[in-house]
Amino acid sequence: MALSAAVVRSYGKPLVFTVLLIPALWLSYNWWLAFQFQPHGLGFNPQETSNRFSGDWAMRILLLSLAITPLSTLLKSPMPIMFRRMIGLFAFFYVCLHITSYIWLDIAFNWPELWTDITKRIFITVGMAAVLLLLPLAVTSTKGWIKRLGARRWRRLHKFVYIAGPLVIIHFFMMRKGFQYEPLIYGGILALLLMLRISAVRRLFAVRP
Amino acid sequence: MRMRRNRDWNEKENAVTQEAFYLNRRSFIKQAALTTGLVGAGVAASGMPVFANKERTLVPLNFSKTAYDPAEPLTAEEAITQYNNYYEFGTDKGDPFANAWRLQPKPWSVKVSGLVDKPGTYAFEDLVDMKTLEERIYRLRCVEAWSMVVPWIGVPLSAVLKKLGPQNDAKYIAFETLSDRKQMPGIRRPVLDWPYVEGLTMAEAMNELTFVAVGLYGKEIPNQNGAPLRLVVPWKYGFKSIKSIVSIKLTDREPPTSWNKSAPREYGFYSNVNPEVAHPRWSQARERRIGDFSRRKTLMFNGYGEQVAHLYKNLDLKANY
Repeated sequence: MALSAAVVRSYGKPLVFTVLLIPALWLSYNWWLAFQFQPHGLGFNPQETSNRFSGDWAMRILLLSLAITPLSTLLKSPMPIMFRRMIGLFAFFYVCLHITSYIWLDIAFNWPELWTDITKRIFITVGMAAVLLLLPLAVTSTKGWIKRLGARRWRRLHKFVYIAGPLVIIHFFMMRKGFQYEPLIYGGILALLLMLRISAVRRLFAVRP
Repeated sequence: MRMRRNRDWNEKENAVTQEAFYLNRRSFIKQAALTTGLVGAGVAASGMPVFANKERTLVPLNFSKTAYDPAEPLTAEEAITQYNNYYEFGTDKGDPFANAWRLQPKPWSVKVSGLVDKPGTYAFEDLVDMKTLEERIYRLRCVEAWSMVVPWIGVPLSAVLKKLGPQNDAKYIAFETLSDRKQMPGIRRPVLDWPYVEGLTMAEAMNELTFVAVGLYGKEIPNQNGAPLRLVVPWKYGFKSIKSIVSIKLTDREPPTSWNKSAPREYGFYSNVNPEVAHPRWSQARERRIGDFSRRKTLMFNGYGEQVAHLYKNLDLKANY
């Protein structure tokens, strides 16, 4: 590839940043309209729409972040790795939007209700467990934390995402009523991305001498 | 023989535009532009939406006002007709509004069977007496914890059943929704075990509140709301109020119901609105009235306890959810 790392960094990063921000901008703009009692795009049940929209994007961007390492192996190029931290942090950002939407806009800071939801409703317990697993990854995403932990321990810590990912999919699967395809499709993509990390599978894609 | 290797810029033979078409390209473009312009002008002049041919004109109905009015603001007609759960047309709330134009509610017939004196296939008009239509404003509480206030038009189910002659040993009534791939695109997906089935006890069916709706907001009921006839059981979660009914059967044993078959732990046969019995995945204590920002408390039996609580005097409602 002719693109140099510097070019990818200085043009690619702002571009990816902007693209990943679009869903959040759409959501906040429509909530702003809704609060002004103006026509908005959130439908007849804005809280339901916003919970699902933010959750969908959190899940999609998390899967995207998990696709970066296999993509880099496949392309035999380190370029995609430059975007991994940003995409991972965006996934966590949408997780935060999802929680904000649920705790603030939906149940309006009703803490007792939140507590029964977390302890009694398994699908919310599962979602919250995923959040707790992703939180330290977001916190330790800086260069300083990599140094402080040491590369090996840092890498081991960030394997939490292999647990959080399936929990997110289970949370999504449990949320739907009846037998629906979407959770299976997202689950299939996650399974593929995790399988590409198994060394036996990775060897299939390796260059043969 | 000379071999010719196809380069990747070589078009395949079948991709080549026919000669006649190529020679006439100018007139084709002119015609296309003219047609588009004419249709556009026509649509603009008539003020009709482009999909007008898909939409059924809903005839206004003659009906009498009755005392069933909770004196609460009605939910907007657009919300009632565009925010629906009708999985035969898709699982998104907007899918039924987008897809239900495929449903053909006229003519319509309902198969009546089981423990009745007069079984048979009834035309819609023979089952519902259009001269005795009344309006009933009921709260509708969905199991997903949202609610609406809906001005239905129809007849009490008991009036329909009287025509059929229910026999004394009939203890339950079973309903079935149309299940037709051609009219209902959602049927292609195995979300539920189609057709959709629901049921009530005979005592519930004969209750004064139990209603067969054929209209909404002064007009015929739109397809996505269950045309041409649907059940309305206001003290039970919305999914009990089965839509587009094609079969009514009276039996002596509890009939299977779709959501119970799909998730027996989550949906029982009774499915009475009950703020004290949580759905395994969410609380039923509060609900969002569509159009409101915050949630309100859910009422026992959706506020219809006076009319229906006696039906469940000897029933443990926690075990029989």
